Amino acid sequence: MEWVGGWRPHDGASVGIVLVGDRVGLGLAALTSLLVVAVLAYSWRYFDEPPHGHAGAFPALILLFQAGMCGFALTGDLFDAFVFFELMGVVGYALTGYRVEEARPVQGALTFGFVNSLGGYATLLGIGLLYARTGELGMARIGRRLDAVPDPDALVFAAFVLVLTGLLVKAAAVPFHFWLPDAHAVAPTPVCMLLSGVMVEMGVYGVARVQATVFGGPGGVPEDDARRALLVLGVLGALVGSVMCWQQRHVKRLLAFSTVAHTGLFLTGVALLTPEGLAGTCLYVLGHAGAKAALFACAGILLDRHGSVDEGELHGAGRDMRGIGLLFTAGALALAGLPPFGTALGKALVEEQEAPLPVLFVLVSAVTGGAALRVAARVFLGAGARPETTGPEITGGEEEPETTGGEEEPETGRRIRLLPPPMVTVAALLLAGALAVGSVPALTDGVTAAAEEFRDHTAYATTVLDGGRGGAAPAAPAEWWTWPGAALGFLSTALAVALATLAVRRSLPSGAWTAPLRRLQSGHVGDYVAWTMAGIGLLAVLAWW
Amino acid sequence: MTVLPYLVAAWIFLIGVYGVATSRDLVHAVGCLSVTQSSTYVLLVAVGYRRGGTAPVFSDVPPGTSVVDPVVQALALTDVVVGATVTALLLALVVQADKRHGTVDPDELSELRG
Repeated sequence: MEWVGGWRPHDGASVGIVLVGDRVGLGLAALTSLLVVAVLAYSWRYFDEPPHGHAGAFPALILLFQAGMCGFALTGDLFDAFVFFELMGVVGYALTGYRVEEARPVQGALTFGFVNSLGGYATLLGIGLLYARTGELGMARIGRRLDAVPDPDALVFAAFVLVLTGLLVKAAAVPFHFWLPDAHAVAPTPVCMLLSGVMVEMGVYGVARVQATVFGGPGGVPEDDARRALLVLGVLGALVGSVMCWQQRHVKRLLAFSTVAHTGLFLTGVALLTPEGLAGTCLYVLGHAGAKAALFACAGILLDRHGSVDEGELHGAGRDMRGIGLLFTAGALALAGLPPFGTALGKALVEEQEAPLPVLFVLVSAVTGGAALRVAARVFLGAGARPETTGPEITGGEEEPETTGGEEEPETGRRIRLLPPPMVTVAALLLAGALAVGSVPALTDGVTAAAEEFRDHTAYATTVLDGGRGGAAPAAPAEWWTWPGAALGFLSTALAVALATLAVRRSLPSGAWTAPLRRLQSGHVGDYVAWTMAGIGLLAVLAWW
Repeated sequence: MTVLPYLVAAWIFLIGVYGVATSRDLVHAVGCLSVTQSSTYVLLVAVGYRRGGTAPVFSDVPPGTSVVDPVVQALALTDVVVGATVTALLLALVVQADKRHGTVDPDELSELRG
């Protein structure tokens, strides 16, 4: 914990700005930094021809992105959180639109920029309301002032909804998620690894932090209301994300929708508002970051080699790349929750919390993992019949909205022939990391203790404001693998493999019923902004109910 | 305390969002986004207002004079900086969109769907 400029609090009152390195925040900052190293190594040979006169622009932007995310994870001040939030947002738009000479990245970056900025302004309005009520900006201070009046009124609820809006936009919760697939499908692959791996999870972290620290006390939003709001959005996100994920043929877009689905699961885990749920979610995030970044790394290699990320066009194209095929399959299995990957352990820990959760978790990981396995089977094994690559299907005289992955420019100046060692090594190391998360018991112990500390509303305020350590949480014995948890992990993996096999053999019914859902993803900035407003309304209704 | 500034802030926010949602021109949409952001300035400055207060500069008024809250003014300034960055970047992207797509009408940018 550090008071910037030495403005320490006197008798619990302060005008200083505080940085708080609690264990969850530090862990997230460490994850960000590790992933940034991986990304910089991956992009070593990536951009063969840096723009003239701006050779260092890409690494500089990546490092600025890291600064924004680490700052967001470590700040203990709500307004600073907004500033870091906007910093990582702006750098994110710039990185998404990095290849400005192409048409699609520009559009994706614009959508990303509009929706995220709008969310950020909603957050700032909420912070303004909280300041009007409490006269404070530090999270711990706001929480303590709110608790002084134990009966929350409409203003507290309005602030809760507004502050959460920006964070949920970043976390791509349905219906705030529309920007994410558009941005991820077009951003340079190394950037996708960062966006999917940690930036989206930063939104979930922000939600958990604000709920626990600011609104977690008796003067904040009652736990039932917060739980209901977050649960509904999380479950919606998980379902919509997995349905859309299954329908994609653009590989990077498919992975992006699987991120939407998994973020929905993270939000569900956080929404339980228990230390155990949070600990499981943390492990899930760690494992997911490794697996998803590795999958994006493999997709990037495909793109650079064949100039396409379309599942149909790439059919059988990867038969000579056994190593990459193995890595992609392993990543897909990790998504599906195969023990002992970290994803499976985190999933198992969250599932044990509530009775109906295993159904949701197994279903979502099976569908998203199955979609990735389907890609692996078609691209790297050439399994099944070649899907038609002709134009969009015609149903009822109306064009089916679909983004194909053909005619993409390889991101290296020319197509690569040999596999560059840094790219392959990075993908393998990331997967090894995901495996380690699930198989090192010490990590689980650490995360459980961190989650206990994180959920403790009063101890946080005491530690930050009064110095010393408040509320020494009794070290609960950390849960690790249990038989039911592992069995559910194997079950979802088996389901994913079955789904992928059926899909490759074309014995699944067509997904025509999802057309209305797909039409919503219209690529139109105005529509997305309107959905964001609808989302604010939904959140308000759920919180107030 | 009057509720008028808060109503004005809410109105500016909503009218800006309406502008972005119905815009037929991306430059216009970026402008509307700035309008949305101005609602945060109005809210912040309204929060810090004290009746009869003067500017919080103590070089020419004696200490103890009633002044408006300086913190929110610092916040609003930071907010202006953030807004300038976002607007500049978005406008740069709009220029690129015009070069690559040949249009700035969001209805005609339809490469990413489904």
